[in-house]
Amino acid sequence: MSQARQKKEPLLRIAKRDGISRPAAYGIRLIAVALALLVSGAFIYAVTKLNPIEVYRGIFDGAFGTKRRCWVTVRDTMMLLCIGIGLAPAFKMKFWNIGAEGQILIGGVLTAGIMRAFGSSIPTPALLLIMAAASLVGGCIWGVIPAAFKAKWNTNETLFTLMMNYVAIQITSYCVALWENPIGSNTVGIINQQTKAGWFPEVFGQAYGLNVILVMALTIGMYIYLKYSKHGYEITVVGDSVNTARYAGINVKKVTIRTMALSGAICGLAGFIAVAGSSHTISTSTAGGRGFTAIIVAWLAQFNSFVMVLISLLLVFLQKGAIQIASQFNLNDYASNIITGIILFFILGSEFFINYRVIPRGKKEGNGK
Amino acid sequence: MVIFVYYSKSNKNLLQNFIIRFFEKTRESVEFPLAKLYDNDKAGISCFNLFELLKEENRMKKIIALLMACMLILGLVACGSPDTTGTGAAVDTEAAPTEAGATNPAAAAPEGAASDVKIGLICVHDENSGYDAAHIDGLKAACAELGIDFNSQVILKTNIPEDEVCGDMAIELAEAGCGIVFSDSYGHQTYMQQAASEYPDVTYVACTGDMAAVSGLSNLKNMFPYTYESRYVSGVVAGMKLKEMLDAGTITDPYVGYVGAHPYAEVVCGYTAFLLGIQSIVPEAHMDVQYTNSWYDPVAEAEVANALMSRGCVIIGQHADSTGAPSAVQAAKDSGKEVYSVGYNIDMLSVAPTAALTSAQNNWSVLYKAALEKFIAGEEIPTDIAYGSADNAVMISALGASCAPGTQEAVDAAWAGIKDGSLKVFDTATFTCQPSTDGSYQVDADGHVTSAFGLDTNGDWVNDAGEAIVDGAFQESVLRSAPYFSLRIDGITELNNN
Repeated sequence: MSQARQKKEPLLRIAKRDGISRPAAYGIRLIAVALALLVSGAFIYAVTKLNPIEVYRGIFDGAFGTKRRCWVTVRDTMMLLCIGIGLAPAFKMKFWNIGAEGQILIGGVLTAGIMRAFGSSIPTPALLLIMAAASLVGGCIWGVIPAAFKAKWNTNETLFTLMMNYVAIQITSYCVALWENPIGSNTVGIINQQTKAGWFPEVFGQAYGLNVILVMALTIGMYIYLKYSKHGYEITVVGDSVNTARYAGINVKKVTIRTMALSGAICGLAGFIAVAGSSHTISTSTAGGRGFTAIIVAWLAQFNSFVMVLISLLLVFLQKGAIQIASQFNLNDYASNIITGIILFFILGSEFFINYRVIPRGKKEGNGK
Repeated sequence: MVIFVYYSKSNKNLLQNFIIRFFEKTRESVEFPLAKLYDNDKAGISCFNLFELLKEENRMKKIIALLMACMLILGLVACGSPDTTGTGAAVDTEAAPTEAGATNPAAAAPEGAASDVKIGLICVHDENSGYDAAHIDGLKAACAELGIDFNSQVILKTNIPEDEVCGDMAIELAEAGCGIVFSDSYGHQTYMQQAASEYPDVTYVACTGDMAAVSGLSNLKNMFPYTYESRYVSGVVAGMKLKEMLDAGTITDPYVGYVGAHPYAEVVCGYTAFLLGIQSIVPEAHMDVQYTNSWYDPVAEAEVANALMSRGCVIIGQHADSTGAPSAVQAAKDSGKEVYSVGYNIDMLSVAPTAALTSAQNNWSVLYKAALEKFIAGEEIPTDIAYGSADNAVMISALGASCAPGTQEAVDAAWAGIKDGSLKVFDTATFTCQPSTDGSYQVDADGHVTSAFGLDTNGDWVNDAGEAIVDGAFQESVLRSAPYFSLRIDGITELNNN
């Protein structure tokens, strides 16, 4: 209608950013979250005719509505964070460890087995140490097998770690059938329900206090390890370029195996925390897909363990909120998953705007003419 | 920049008024950019070019306008109820939350003590599973009878697996203010027990569970109807059909198959009652049982039904929650095989119109009502709640068109016998067992059971409570609500119990 500019200039141009200041990057992320809330608000209204603000309040309630819910959120955040911490060194090395599920399950099965067998004969503190050690070793072995094959014969670690998951799931199914209680129910039930032997003790009056302490210690440790240790430097170099690493005299095979041993061991420990510190049972759903979700955590945080805390909290928050609004507003699970999907889409999408900038038509020369 | 706006009829004016005021435009110029993409008498989606509106404005105003546009969209979304009649000139985002908040169903609760209770129900699957649908409908019916508003006073959690998620939910429901929480699957029990120990003021009822009496917790309860009675009567229906087929000469071997879920007492009790019902008509009938090791697995249930039919079974019973087996039987029947299905929980005639004979059903509303009545009155709920046909807690679904003539009479006679006590389902004279290898029961020279463990709750092969055989019959669901009949009787072969 108007006398629009006749130039054949594209409406929008996209250019790579040279760098972006930290406040600007976080500003973009905040805008993404706000937009995500707007779009999912529109979705909520269009589909359900519910007031989106009520629904958002429901999401918040689901995660933090009561003291108990807060702790459940913290517990699940710690679990996800622990796995993310475990995956971080492997992914930083560009070793695609999608076998966290299996490493968690192996750690969990060993923990559950020891808890069942020695619950009545060994005092809980010693039992916890034994279970932790066993889960570390179990997860470590599960991580080292694909790493060793990769180092020796250059096998594809993505497929290998994935296949190791199925082996672990079958072992878990077998153990569940072996230990089922009561017989025929196909579940292990809560182990040592009466004696609570081998359960995490309460710390500061909180059932999940020890989970927090353990995982936060790992978080700080991993931050220092990756950022300031020689090992961490080697991982970065191998991740950026294997040839550079070789040229610099880094033993790539050794670093690969060592890093996966660490990665697997921490994931195994996550299995220990899941069984001894939270569910007190074992089933094939003990890992529950968190081994895959944690990849998002590690990757989005760019392996910065403190950012991982925030991202795992966000993911768990969304998940708890989704469950809450599903029952509060009689939405089915799919509706709440769509909302979670929209929010994740925007957050992931915001990374694009952090790395690239969008120049609208006439921006550069517009002022002059 | 094009902005898409979703609006309801009344808000369209609001939107236009806003634009007119803010940009000092005429109504005509606003009508144009509001191009209609979709419009019916209630709502529509429109788009307009914001740059078009903004081209003469200064930069600051552009930014404000963009922000306002965002708020506008949120505002429209929040207050865009089709019934709103207000056509105010300004955007009123403040009013939106209060308006929608008022529609929350807080005032809808009925009067009386029943209006105070909050009830939680944890289901292992959702309404698509016949078993869970029976629970949900049962609770709905019980609530209706007791004047409880299901929508506002019951919190329903579906698709809760039998793992720690159940524990979280059981606690979650307590925190949400539920005074009584039900769970519908056996595997939920251990997590319900955990929650019960942490929340002693909340009553936890684990349906089909068996640990309440021995848990030492006064707020953990179990309930289970006398399903074996309806199993027996559905067996009578199957027996009549089998007899008809034998008499007509279409079959010579009265061979029955059974799709079982898990190899434990609840299932064993059910299929034994089913076969005893069949044997009350056709004494030489025998049965194979194959387990799926899952309560709900339509594919596995269909596979097992097909496997049993290929072994020569002509009647397929089931203790599994889906329509997998009846559908498979119907498919076989359509291909010319003479096979029939007896279902569980739901009427299978919709999926197997000519193959389904009947289904054994539980009327959970009787049990929910009994528990809730006590709860509302503030009385102690019995640790084990169990009701049978005498209280209409169990039944069979409408007989299918394929049932043999005279089936209704046989069914009526069986129900009458069960109700007046003249017919005992587990009459020891009607079945024989091989001598026990673990000492859990004793048989006489003919193989009839003379005594059996009542409750062996910890599986150590030492009787913990009661004697099961009283007056020549196994007393099922008397010592506790959950079935404990796990004798393997002659005539039944378990194909895959390991």
